[in-house]
Amino acid sequence: MQEIIQYLFSGITTGAVYAVIAVGLSMLYSSTELINFAHGEFVMIGALVMVTLWVRLGIPLPLALGGAVAAGCVLGLLFERLAIRTAKNPEPITLIIITVGAGIFLKGAAMIAWGKDPFSMPSFSSHESIEILGAALLPQSIWIVSAALVLAGGIHLFLKQTLTGKAMVACAVNKKAAWLSGIPSEKMGILAFGISTGCGAVAGVFIAPITMSSYDMGTILGLKGFCAAMIGGLGSLWGAFAGGLLLGILESLGAGLISSGLKDAIAFVLLLLILYIRPGGLFAAKEAKRF
Amino acid sequence: MTEKKKNIWIEYLGFICAVSVFGLATENTYYLQIMTFIGINTLLGLGLNMLMGYTGQVSLCHAAFYGIGAYTTAILSGTYGLNPWLALFCAVAAAVLIAFIVGLPTLRLSGYYLAMGTLGFGMIVNIVIREWADVTGGASGFVGIPVLEAGSLVFMAGPGYYFLVWGIVLAAMIICHRLLASRTGRALRAIHDGEKAAVAIGINTHVLKLQIFMFSAALGAVAGFLYAHFVLFISPESFGFMFSIKIVTMVVIGGMASVWGALLGAAVLTLLPEVLHGFAEYEMIVFGTVLMVVMIFMPQGLTRGIMDILRTAGRGRRAKA
Repeated sequence: MQEIIQYLFSGITTGAVYAVIAVGLSMLYSSTELINFAHGEFVMIGALVMVTLWVRLGIPLPLALGGAVAAGCVLGLLFERLAIRTAKNPEPITLIIITVGAGIFLKGAAMIAWGKDPFSMPSFSSHESIEILGAALLPQSIWIVSAALVLAGGIHLFLKQTLTGKAMVACAVNKKAAWLSGIPSEKMGILAFGISTGCGAVAGVFIAPITMSSYDMGTILGLKGFCAAMIGGLGSLWGAFAGGLLLGILESLGAGLISSGLKDAIAFVLLLLILYIRPGGLFAAKEAKRF
Repeated sequence: MTEKKKNIWIEYLGFICAVSVFGLATENTYYLQIMTFIGINTLLGLGLNMLMGYTGQVSLCHAAFYGIGAYTTAILSGTYGLNPWLALFCAVAAAVLIAFIVGLPTLRLSGYYLAMGTLGFGMIVNIVIREWADVTGGASGFVGIPVLEAGSLVFMAGPGYYFLVWGIVLAAMIICHRLLASRTGRALRAIHDGEKAAVAIGINTHVLKLQIFMFSAALGAVAGFLYAHFVLFISPESFGFMFSIKIVTMVVIGGMASVWGALLGAAVLTLLPEVLHGFAEYEMIVFGTVLMVVMIFMPQGLTRGIMDILRTAGRGRRAKA
C-alpha cells in the first residue's frame, strides 16, 4: 500500500512534466495542424539553460526561470521563421522531416554548447519531505504539480478570456473563416509556436531537478509528451494535461510493480492502443478524423 | 516506352560495370567495407522508398524490421546453430509476419497518425530487443554470429561479401523496377496521389498498402541478415529510432519515388559521416541542416530536385534560342 502511494506520488510528478510537454504540443497542433517532432529538444534546451543560469551563473531563481522559458520561445520562433514558413505547400511528410531535422540540429548544437556530460540540479526549495500514509512526498513534487496546474490554467484563461486567445481558438476551429473575419491567422500560428516551445522549456525547467539533464534527454521526453497528447486527444488542452498525468502514473506503477526496463514501452503500447481504438483520444466526445 | 526500357537496361549495365570494376580493382579493405555498408543501406532505402516514396506512407519504424532480420538470424544461427541460409528465410518470414500483424491496424492511419503509430511500434521493438536479454544479449549486444558459407565459398569481409551484397542489391533493384512498371506500381502511385481517388477507381488500397509494407519489411530483414553476418556483432543501438530516421533521410535526400535515388541517398548518408570524421562533433548539426534544407527547397529529394533544375535550365536555353 505504502509503496503504491509512493509510486503514485512520483508518477504524478513526472506526469505533470509530461502534461506540460503535451499541452505545448497540443496547442501547436490545434492552431497550426503541425506536429513538432523537435518539441522534446525544447524541453532539453529549457533544462540546460536553467542549469546554466541558476546553478552555474547563480542568477536568482525567477530570473533564471524566465530566461530558460524565453530561450525556448525565441528558438521556437526562429525555427518557425527559418524552417517552417519557408517550406512552400508542405505536405505532412515534408513537415515531419523538417521538424525531425530541426530536432537533430538542436541536439547537435546542444552537444557542442553543453558537452556530453549530464548535469544535475538541486531542487527549488530545501524543505524536508512530507510524510503521507507512510510515503514521502517531496516538496519538489508539490512545486512541479502546482506550477503545471497554474500554467495550464493560465493557458485556459488566455484562450477563454482574452481577445487574442479567442482569436487563436477561432483559427484552430477554422482558419479560413477566422481569416475572413479579420483575424491575422498567420500571426496566431506564430504566437502558438512561441507558446508551445515556451511550454516545452517550462517542462525542461521542472524536470531538471528530478533527473539528470543532458543534450540527448529531449527526444524520448518529446515522444512521451506526444503519447500523452494522443491519449488525451490531440488539440484538447485539459485532455493533454490528463493524458500526461495518466501516462506518468501508469509508467511509475508499471516500473515499480512489473519491471523498470519495460517502463519506456508503456507509453508506446498505450499510444498504439489509442491510435487503434480511439484515435480521438480518451476524452474525445466524438470520433476524430484520422486524416 | 521501348526506348525507356532500353534506357533502364543501359543504366543497369553501367551499374554492374561500376560495381564490378570497383570490387575487383580495390584492394583497400576499408573502402570495400564502406561500399558494403552502402549496399546494405541501399536495400533499406529501396524498401522504404517503395512504401514512402511511391505509396506516400510514412514509416518511422524501418529500423525495427532491420533489427528483426538481424536478430532472428543471429539467434537462430548463433544460438541454435541453424544453417544461416535457412535463418535468412526465417528472418524474412518473421519480418513479413510481424509487418502483417502490425500493418493491419496501423496502415489504416495516415499522415501524422501513421507516423506516430509506426514510431511507437519501432520503439517497442527496440525496447524488447534491449530487455529480452536472455535471448538477444540485451544492451551489451549479441556475440557469436557465424560467418556465411556456401559450399566451399566463405563470405568474409572483403570482396566476397561485397559481391554478395551488391548482387542482392541488383536483384532487389530489378524486382522494384519490374514491380513499379506493373499494374501494381501504377496502383501504388495512385495511392500516393490521392487515396480516395484510388479507391474510387477500384484499387483495394488497404490490401495494397499492407502488401507493400510487408515487401519493404522483407527487404529490411534481408538487409539486417546481411548486416549481422557482416559485422558479426549486433547491439540494440544500431536499430533504434535514430536509425529509422536515418533510413527516412536516405530516401528523402536521395529522392522519393526513385530507385536510383535510394542508392544515391544510401551512398550520401553512409559516406557523409566518414567524410565528416574530422568534424565528428558537428555531424549532427550538418545532418539536421541538410535534412531541413533539402526538404524546404527540394521536397521531392535531390534526384528529382536536380533533374527539375536541369530541365528548367534546358527549357530556358531552348526558349532563348
